[in-house]
Amino acid sequence: MAPTDRRFTGRIWKYGDNVNTDVIFPGKYTYTLKTPEEIAAHALEDLDPGFAANVQPGDLVVAGRNWGCGSSREQAVSCLVLAGVRAVIARSFSRIWYRNALNNGLLALECPAFVDLAVAGDTATVVLDEACIATSDGRTATFQPLSDDVLRILEAGGLIPYIKQQMAV
Amino acid sequence: MPGQTFAQKALARAAGRDTCAVGEILDVEPDVVLSHDNTAAIRRIWEEFSQDRVKHPERMAITLDHAVPAPSAVHAQNHREIREFVGEQGIVHFFEAGRGICHQVLSEEVVVRPGQVILGADSHTPHFGWLGAFGAGIGRSEVAALWAQGQLWLKVPATMRINLSGAMPEGVTAKDFALRIIGDMGADGGLYRSIEFAGDTIHAMTLESRMVLPNMMAEFGAKNAVICPDEPVLTWCLERLAMRHGIEAGSSAWADLADGLRKNCLYPDADCELESELHYAAEDLEPYIARPHSVDDVVPLSELGQVDVDAAFIGTCTNGRLEDMSAAANILANRRLAPGLSLVIIPASSQVLEACIELGYAETFARAGAMLGVPGCGPCMGNHFGVPAPGETVISSANRNFRGRMGTPSAGIFLSSPAVVAASAVAGRIVDPRELD
Repeated sequence: MAPTDRRFTGRIWKYGDNVNTDVIFPGKYTYTLKTPEEIAAHALEDLDPGFAANVQPGDLVVAGRNWGCGSSREQAVSCLVLAGVRAVIARSFSRIWYRNALNNGLLALECPAFVDLAVAGDTATVVLDEACIATSDGRTATFQPLSDDVLRILEAGGLIPYIKQQMAV
Repeated sequence: MPGQTFAQKALARAAGRDTCAVGEILDVEPDVVLSHDNTAAIRRIWEEFSQDRVKHPERMAITLDHAVPAPSAVHAQNHREIREFVGEQGIVHFFEAGRGICHQVLSEEVVVRPGQVILGADSHTPHFGWLGAFGAGIGRSEVAALWAQGQLWLKVPATMRINLSGAMPEGVTAKDFALRIIGDMGADGGLYRSIEFAGDTIHAMTLESRMVLPNMMAEFGAKNAVICPDEPVLTWCLERLAMRHGIEAGSSAWADLADGLRKNCLYPDADCELESELHYAAEDLEPYIARPHSVDDVVPLSELGQVDVDAAFIGTCTNGRLEDMSAAANILANRRLAPGLSLVIIPASSQVLEACIELGYAETFARAGAMLGVPGCGPCMGNHFGVPAPGETVISSANRNFRGRMGTPSAGIFLSSPAVVAASAVAGRIVDPRELD
């Protein structure tokens, strides 16, 4: 990861608990929508119809408990990546969604203290080397530093590029 | 060193180790890797590795079930690409459209055995805990990685044990127990955990009922869920494997197969470390309903109040088996659906469908005015027939009632046991079957 990727600022979209994969990316599209543009255009369609049209590259999604519960569909991660989301910060993540996030190079941070501070539309700065997130008015919350296993996959850009490196493809 | 949980034993074995610790990350070699209609998409990811052949074609299991028969040319092309891939790679465990839902078909075919590990690009893969296997859902990229390398990292989960003892009241099912647990603890109550079910009531259940429990633990956030295999499970596996391999009952090959199955079973040690333990008394359970739009918004059916319904659905990997069809047929016999209401019934597999025909249930369903579908996932996740209209209310035997799950964000989905769905389809409102005339 380049140094510029280790400290970044983004605008906050804030949601609640148990946001599931069907509202992140509806199941009815899972075998028909294939292009990046199509997939990004339906991100969070049934949760926040204004999201896909207004999200900016580098934005942050902040949520409550059990973000991404439900289906194993990987588009529930890739739709956010393709829409430009830089990181998802939540009180907790569903386990398959969390794995899918790492595997697609999307930063997912468990940080309940920041969720309490976050205000929709405000900006926040994530500093990976200090394992902390700061609000625009300077209040900070810390998270558990990422493990080496997780960092290796993220730094490669996801599971597939990571394995390609290993296999020297 | 304390004893090992089921999850520790299963993952240690799959990683070539004797023991492992909770929280440890292991490189695990699963015995079976499952995918379904998502196989063509996974193939496109796998092609990035520039391999000619997948590493272990014999470990792959592929079903066509999520949209069958193909509802559009795009879906049909998807199925075609999967069939081509299966042919190219020589995949034996391939099950055509119409054979049924992956979890049901792989259970009927015993593609997964007690003590094995199955990872699947499907969130309901914990299902296979019913026969004592470790099943966990993973993503498409991870399945592509498994095709290429045969192994994947998994973190060893902590274990929550859920005990159920006593006699289940009449009209109360395994589905009601699963809904009760999720309602009590929340949709993330079992997050990242391995769930071990135990107690006399669990082992008194039919195998079909047991399948509901690990399956529904996907809605509890669990990584896997398991019921220790007992004699009925071993008999199920033995009979089906013997039939597939042409082994005669009582032969030495039969005895070897039985011995092998038994030796591969894994049981938690008496002194294993449980993170938490819950105790339920079966006598205290009653029929439950999950209300829109969350699986953990659960109330006893007796406290639900008046809810009129427009559409009803019986089926899925959770509740589309023969005993579910039987429960529905008992209620629908000599009755008609409420005026203006639609009922879709989809057996979970072709074997269930065949039995429905033999036992006369298919005729009962048709006479009642129900629509009988092709074995598969049906309208469960909104990409096949049976989609509700905006604003409609659905009662379903499925596992999820998220907003938009069945394809229509403004429709409300209530979840229950199949008997409650059938009774509600007759009454036109959600009712306890014990209250029908």
